[in-house]
Amino acid sequence: MNYLRHILEHLRKDLRLEWRSRDSINGMLFFALLVVVVFGLAFDPTSYPTTTRQIAGGILWVALLFASITALNQSWARELRNQVLEAQRMAPSPASTLFLGKAIANMLFVLVVEAVLAPIFIIFFNLHVLGNIWLFALILPLGTWALVVNGTFFAALGLRARNRELLLPLLLLPISLPALLAMVQATTGVLTADLDPIQISTWIKQLLGYDIIFTTICILLFETVLNAE
Amino acid sequence: MTMAQRTSTLRNVAWLWFGIAVAVLVVGFRQAIFLTPTDAAQGDVGRIFYYHVPIAMLSLLFPYLNFAASLAYLYWRRRDPLKALTADAFAVASAEVAVVYASITLITGSVWGRAAWGIWWAWDARLTSMLLLWLLYVSYLILRRFSSTGQSQTLAAVLSVFAAVDVPIVYMSIRWWRTQHPAPVFGGGPSSGMDKSMLPAFFWNLAGWAIWGIFILLFRFALERKRQLADQEAALQAIEASLEIPQ
Repeated sequence: MNYLRHILEHLRKDLRLEWRSRDSINGMLFFALLVVVVFGLAFDPTSYPTTTRQIAGGILWVALLFASITALNQSWARELRNQVLEAQRMAPSPASTLFLGKAIANMLFVLVVEAVLAPIFIIFFNLHVLGNIWLFALILPLGTWALVVNGTFFAALGLRARNRELLLPLLLLPISLPALLAMVQATTGVLTADLDPIQISTWIKQLLGYDIIFTTICILLFETVLNAE
Repeated sequence: MTMAQRTSTLRNVAWLWFGIAVAVLVVGFRQAIFLTPTDAAQGDVGRIFYYHVPIAMLSLLFPYLNFAASLAYLYWRRRDPLKALTADAFAVASAEVAVVYASITLITGSVWGRAAWGIWWAWDARLTSMLLLWLLYVSYLILRRFSSTGQSQTLAAVLSVFAAVDVPIVYMSIRWWRTQHPAPVFGGGPSSGMDKSMLPAFFWNLAGWAIWGIFILLFRFALERKRQLADQEAALQAIEASLEIPQ
């Protein structure tokens, strides 16, 4: 119970910080929009609706992945100013609550971005979803958590490294590839309705398994990373 | 035994081990290229099998060593820092050998694919999972490069745990995704297994590349240990020098 309260405290602090500046959400939103526009110009989605349906899932996730990478580094860089992170290390609350609070905050930011981006995406790419659209209510949060939980962890891991902006994608992408495969396959399956519902549900289950496994490891190892001197 | 004696004994053992590795590889080469009959379906192209498969099998072994050494490092980090440093040296060495062996697997496989399939690369299950294995351990080495000196060992050990967890997930999810690679030679169903005439060449090469891999692994380990000891020595001298400054 106490643990939950600590998480909520950290979450409230991160939400308040973001509410005051709104840097991460605005930055992510505009970046994701730009990626979508660039792909739209490159592929001419209105003339080839079938091809568009097949590649739209991949484009959406790539846009979200790159957008969240831009925000994840920021979320820890905030803590470096005025030695806030040193104070966090001395705080009596478990280190993993700091991590979970921040990961949940990042998750909420990316979900906001998705909520704004999804309608724009559908309009720009002229998408007619052929499968069960409500499955996105499952795929989007699970996929987002898969990106954000490892992303928040690796952003903390590379915090004191030389050129940390470069290091985060170099570490995050190889680890996230199985999750990316699962979310892109599930999304494409829903968009095109080509995939058997059983296959879609297997991809979603894999995504869920990935989330559970990596959330556990992140929680277990975060203290080691925070005190890595 | 004094330090100098021990070093010279170790050097002799290393030379002997190196000699054995070369000798076994020469036998393996003779078996694979000259003695084994030509593959009926593939012709001489099939001979790359005797290099590709043993090296691929070994490239799956070194990541385990890296994982074990990283766990040992995390365990000893606070309890026994000197042992932890040794574990860390072993972790670097095994990660580097893993990358080398995985690279050779990818390259030899690619060459074979060009001859047999007509394409250099296919996004097939086992090619993709080997590529991801390679990517994971390259990112491990990059992290060691980029992170600041005081913490790079700990961070690298943490990443190694992530990589070790990721590899089976990658393997399962991609296997489920698609497959085009020839079925596993061992335990891959009723038609798997090798013709008797292929066995000597295969096992000589497997043994040769295993001995060679252990050789470069230990060589790199010794090198890393020397670097660590030199660092400690330098740090000690810096402390002593700072004490001698007249107040």
